[in-house]
Amino acid sequence: MSKLPRFDEWTCPLPLRHHTGIVMGHGGGGSLTADLVEHLFAPAFRNDTLDAMGDSAVLELPAGATRLAFSTDSYVIRPLFFPGGSIGEIAVHGTVNDLAMAGAQPLFLSAGFILEEGLPLDHLGEIVRRMSEAARSAGVLLVTGDTKVVEKGHGDGCYINTSGVGVVPAGLKLGPHLARPGDAILINGRIGDHGIAILSVREGMEFETAVVSDTAALNGLVAAILAATPDVHVLRDPTRGGVAATLNEIASRSQVGIVLDENALPIGGDVESACELFGLDPLTVANEGKLVAVVASEAADAVLDQLRHHPLGREAARIGTVTDQHPGLVSARTKIGGTRLIPMPLGEQLPRIC
Amino acid sequence: MKHLTEFRDGGLARALVRQIGQLTTRAWVLMEVCGGQTHSIIRNGLDQLLPPQIELVHGPGCPVCVTPVAAIDRALAIAERSEVIFCSFGDMLRVPGSSGDLLQVKSHGADVRVVYSPLDALQVARQQPGRQVVFFAIGFETTAPATAMAVHLARREGLKNFSMLVAHVLVPPAMEALLASPANRVQAFLAAGHVGCVMGYWQYPPIAEKYRVPIIVTGFEPLDILDGIRRAIIQLESGEARVENAYRRVVGLEGNRAAQAMLAEVFEETDRTWRGIGTIPRSGWRLSVDYREFDAEHRFPVAAFRTCESPLCRSGEVLQGLIKPTECQAFGKACTPRTPLGATMVSGEGACAAYYLGGRFKGGDRPLDQGARPRVEVAPV
Amino acid sequence: MCLAVPGQVRAIFESGGIRMGKVDFGGVVKDVCLAYLPDLDVGDYTIVHVGFALSRIDEADATEALRSFREMGLLDAESGEPGAVADGDSNACQTDQKQARRRP
Repeated sequence: MSKLPRFDEWTCPLPLRHHTGIVMGHGGGGSLTADLVEHLFAPAFRNDTLDAMGDSAVLELPAGATRLAFSTDSYVIRPLFFPGGSIGEIAVHGTVNDLAMAGAQPLFLSAGFILEEGLPLDHLGEIVRRMSEAARSAGVLLVTGDTKVVEKGHGDGCYINTSGVGVVPAGLKLGPHLARPGDAILINGRIGDHGIAILSVREGMEFETAVVSDTAALNGLVAAILAATPDVHVLRDPTRGGVAATLNEIASRSQVGIVLDENALPIGGDVESACELFGLDPLTVANEGKLVAVVASEAADAVLDQLRHHPLGREAARIGTVTDQHPGLVSARTKIGGTRLIPMPLGEQLPRIC
Repeated sequence: MKHLTEFRDGGLARALVRQIGQLTTRAWVLMEVCGGQTHSIIRNGLDQLLPPQIELVHGPGCPVCVTPVAAIDRALAIAERSEVIFCSFGDMLRVPGSSGDLLQVKSHGADVRVVYSPLDALQVARQQPGRQVVFFAIGFETTAPATAMAVHLARREGLKNFSMLVAHVLVPPAMEALLASPANRVQAFLAAGHVGCVMGYWQYPPIAEKYRVPIIVTGFEPLDILDGIRRAIIQLESGEARVENAYRRVVGLEGNRAAQAMLAEVFEETDRTWRGIGTIPRSGWRLSVDYREFDAEHRFPVAAFRTCESPLCRSGEVLQGLIKPTECQAFGKACTPRTPLGATMVSGEGACAAYYLGGRFKGGDRPLDQGARPRVEVAPV
Repeated sequence: MCLAVPGQVRAIFESGGIRMGKVDFGGVVKDVCLAYLPDLDVGDYTIVHVGFALSRIDEADATEALRSFREMGLLDAESGEPGAVADGDSNACQTDQKQARRRP
């Protein structure tokens, strides 16, 4: 069973009416819902737009903004709490990062909650507290939201959808179709931490490890990269399916080949060991605080320099090169000097015995 | 990781490859039987490094590839029962039965769970007395001691809600069946090192002698596999046919006696159908009489089902090294990793999947035999 | 068929009447059943498959294997010749055939 965090850091600002857990009424739109909004959500995300409690959030855009990036994602993570984070941080960081990968400055988020009847209120409170901290650190405001409740037995405790908008600087061109032969492929740090952290608390797989999720907001890092050079072609965050999925997508969309150097991949010892134990390829394991940057080769050093000066990029490395060979495919030079193909992962990576 | 990383030294690997190159004067066909070795070969790109005269055939060494379709169909039928929690190793979830796989029945509401160890399934049974827990006991001799312990403990604790669907397969009968086939091309074997931990390698000398093939007990890391190949080539080049142990640090002649004692108590030999190959006599284990009450086949009799394999699928011939995947009409067309017809395309280290991915990749291409060979049946021993 | 990984035994305990161990796989620690290796001790290295320790890793054999690989590597570097590769590791199995074992 997953180890739960301490819930005493969340204190109920004003007493909610004698419920220790979510009940159907909390999603009904009546006084119980109002309670939840007033006493749990609003205090956590406190800002003028949210406090206005309109049916819609009306937002002031920065002067000169001509292009918006808009992203949405739903989070159905189990367990809700895991080493290094919870569904809360992931829900904020995930959407912030999707906006950042478009080169946008993330500004506003929405959050829709689908709660299971019986979810302990202090669990929800802790999730929301972490969301609020994550939003604050990332410099985004949560300006609108919604809550629904489903019957016990449905909903896995808590599902969250976040959507977000951000402003894209004029003239910026980024996209998975823009990789060019000769480009350098960079990553900001160690791969596989998040997926292994989740695995370590998954029922039936539990093991002791120091690995924690790498969940983080990457918009600051992206801003640093874009300031270093105009020659960034692609930015992607390798979440589900890991680096393997991301590179295959880029190779396919840009119709280029990619060659990885496995000796250059940053990876923590524990992550490597856990992958050995369960027969997983670290390239297919999920990350939540990593980005892959494809940049013009002459800009690689400048970008790496920027990355390494940033707290989220200390172990940044160049891991590969874009080539005109085998377009659409990703290959790797193995640690012993052989060659292997890195296929697009098909579905969830399962531990194997064979 | 100690005892792992040292055996992946790139410089030493390349030195071994050069040695092998210098020793090889003509074409040889080697087979590794173990899926784990196949995985290591592909994962490290070893097959790309070997001299072109050495052909490595990836044999029927992965439970994903050889578990009979009937067993999968039975597993699906049992998993669909509402009272059942069906526990399985991850490898089996995407293996197609006659219609569908475990992942699909899970998506229709069946309680299918991936476990790392059979003891995890036993624990689920202890925690859920109101449900029937069925564990899918597949795998070779390496895995059988683990499944044996699970059912042994279930019996000791008097658990009424734990049973196993057993489809264990044995390596030596499969090797003999391959060697006895008139179409056999394999000249030397890399024997499965981890099977050796359990069973030892005392079973191999009669096979080596009867069929005049070198058999090298081989490990899994790049240096181990290259060393196994090196020793096989040395023997082939000098006309020898002996058993050698190239994995001494964990394999001894007699194997693990405690494990073998448990195996003797829990299992008995049975004929087993190998997917794509056919029935090989006495090539599997099933629960012994004392353990019959824990046999999921008996506890959950399923109505007669029609097992059908795709008539287009030639994975059996691929597994025996009789044809290359590219020689199959369905390869790359009706049969792809996303729409597999047989197990060799489902499994990441199945030869067909490996060819599909690697064949589209031009760097380090190995010359492929041209021309299709006719279908050949395996001669049972 | 056999993904088995080396790990070091950190602690031994009993659970449900069987011998268990905490085994450290390069920093990742998992509970492993040691019932099939009654002589395995804390500090020993073992090969683990699906949560079961199957063999003790013989340090001397491991060292010897690496030594012979390194020797081959040196010879290869020096001369590019296969050199006199000592094949002393291969076991003469003719005598071992005498040991008939009862199969399960």
